[in-house]
Amino acid sequence: MSQSLSPLSPNSVIESQQTIPDNPVGEFIQETGALTKRLFIQLQRRPSTLIAGIVQPLMWLLLFGALFQYAPEGLLGEGIGYSQFLAPGIIVFTAFSGALNAGLPVMFDREFGFLNRLLVAPLSSRFSIVAASTIYIVSLSFIQTAAIVGLSAFIGAGLPSLAGLGAIALIVFLIVAGVTALSLGLAFALPGHVELIAVIFVTNLPLLFASTALAPLNFMAEFLKAVASVNPLTYAIEPIRYIYINPEWTFNSTVLETSWLNLSFGASLLALLAFDIVILLLIQPIIRRRFA
Amino acid sequence: MTPAVSIENLQKSYGEVVAVKDVTLDVQPGEIFGLLGPNAAGKTTTIRCLCTLTKPDGGRVEVGGVSSIEQPKAARRKLGYVAQEVALDKVLTGRELLQLQASLYHLPKQAAKERIDQLLNLLGLEDYGDQKTGTYSGGLKKRLDLAAGLLHQPEVLVLDEPTVGLDIESRFVVWDFLRKLRDAGTTVLITSHYLEEVDALADRVAIIDQGKVIASGTPNELKDRLGGDRVTLRIREFTPAEEAEKAKAHLSTLDFVREVIVNPAQGNSLNLVVQPQSNPIGPIEQTLSELGLPTFGISQSRPSLDDVYLAATGRTLMDAEMAAAGSRDLKAEKKQAMKGS
Repeated sequence: MSQSLSPLSPNSVIESQQTIPDNPVGEFIQETGALTKRLFIQLQRRPSTLIAGIVQPLMWLLLFGALFQYAPEGLLGEGIGYSQFLAPGIIVFTAFSGALNAGLPVMFDREFGFLNRLLVAPLSSRFSIVAASTIYIVSLSFIQTAAIVGLSAFIGAGLPSLAGLGAIALIVFLIVAGVTALSLGLAFALPGHVELIAVIFVTNLPLLFASTALAPLNFMAEFLKAVASVNPLTYAIEPIRYIYINPEWTFNSTVLETSWLNLSFGASLLALLAFDIVILLLIQPIIRRRFA
Repeated sequence: MTPAVSIENLQKSYGEVVAVKDVTLDVQPGEIFGLLGPNAAGKTTTIRCLCTLTKPDGGRVEVGGVSSIEQPKAARRKLGYVAQEVALDKVLTGRELLQLQASLYHLPKQAAKERIDQLLNLLGLEDYGDQKTGTYSGGLKKRLDLAAGLLHQPEVLVLDEPTVGLDIESRFVVWDFLRKLRDAGTTVLITSHYLEEVDALADRVAIIDQGKVIASGTPNELKDRLGGDRVTLRIREFTPAEEAEKAKAHLSTLDFVREVIVNPAQGNSLNLVVQPQSNPIGPIEQTLSELGLPTFGISQSRPSLDDVYLAATGRTLMDAEMAAAGSRDLKAEKKQAMKGS
């Protein structure tokens, strides 16, 4: 049996007696943890994306704030400064952009063949690849959100209560989860990173301008109003904005009022949840086909 | 005994392009099996079907009796896969990459740690384990990739073109290691378009051409089946064609000579197929001197695997390679490979 002692022998020689019990949940946690750890090691050794991801929204905040410094008072509502109005828009937009880029590392893994390393492994479920990316992007978004909330408080937008911060975290999570899923779906569906970057380009800023991030609905042309009122970003921005402007908020508070739409806080959360579900249903077949 | 790998009537097309027409082969446990063929012969596609990266259009693919198509997860546990292009995360250290790999194969933490140290030592990587893989040379990358493929002690290690792009020294390191692996009981399946690699390494060979297996057996069997030794004769460094033809006419009459071919690509040298165990050099030289011709060089050899390939396809591996290189759309192939299905 000298053969069975060699570290180069197949495990069937050594372990034929002991059967390893199947533990799909434990395995899923193990592989998701390892894949997430890889992303964080990358972040730690190449922190430039994180630094840029924090600096950029802070610059948005300062520059846009300065751009509308002398906007007529009362335009946005009684006693509401532009920085207070803007902070929620920048929080959501930053989370959205980050999530939209979530597919890029996966696309590069596909192109460099690293994904094959994962696909030949006996993963409990290949959705651990998706789960790891989502955990990573959600964590990054929380760090960015914290930075924006901090700077906004510093420049006079005020600081929401603990419950408010919790609600902001939930909303950021909802928008990030859906958009991350969308981006990952694209990373598996599109032929290469050039196409993915093209999609990111044509989606990113247009969705920002077609939302209530920078200006309220009643500033907009009619067609843009229509677009903005179905834009998921609007449904994330408005409840956060409500938290910033009204310390007293409930799920029944009306966060957006138009002639055709009366959106409550709770309803916008439901809308975001619905958005997530629709995206998941859309990408499910793509990812299943790739992973089959 | 259940074969380590059993492939039967495998078929796979990518759109219009037929990558694998009909491949059937069995790999026995504990042998090194070589899949030899020119580029674009269907080797990599066969491997991709085996390793569950691609779904075949038809046929049966099994690893140790487990179907890669019906039970992909169980098959993956039995397989280690070392791709042609080493894909490492250059930001991770070698050890971190192996830790990631260990988790993907669900090794317990302590066992993984021991196993990683063991493999780093075995592959001479102990000094490099804590350096980022981005700093590695080609040979080191390949060795780390080998370690990654072996982490879970697979029954079958599959290597796609294991030494393409490696320097000679790294190549011998890899060869030596694969032999040790085989001797320890692990089945090794390699693809290669290097004749000498398969000749030196493989216990058994399947030669694959245009998506079909055209010959299989041990390298010696294949050569013996072909029969006859080879004599390469150069009358002058550059022999005039009429001299070569004249020599050919006379040499063909010798009773131990089966065939004479004039090869214009090599200065009209003469390639002779002679009966094995005959002693042809003396009589050939004598015939030449009777004709008043000199001998620039003469050598006798056993048939090579290239001769086997030549006999089966009517072209040398090198010619096939050149033809394939001209007609291949590498970009489209890469796209197909990325799509996976």
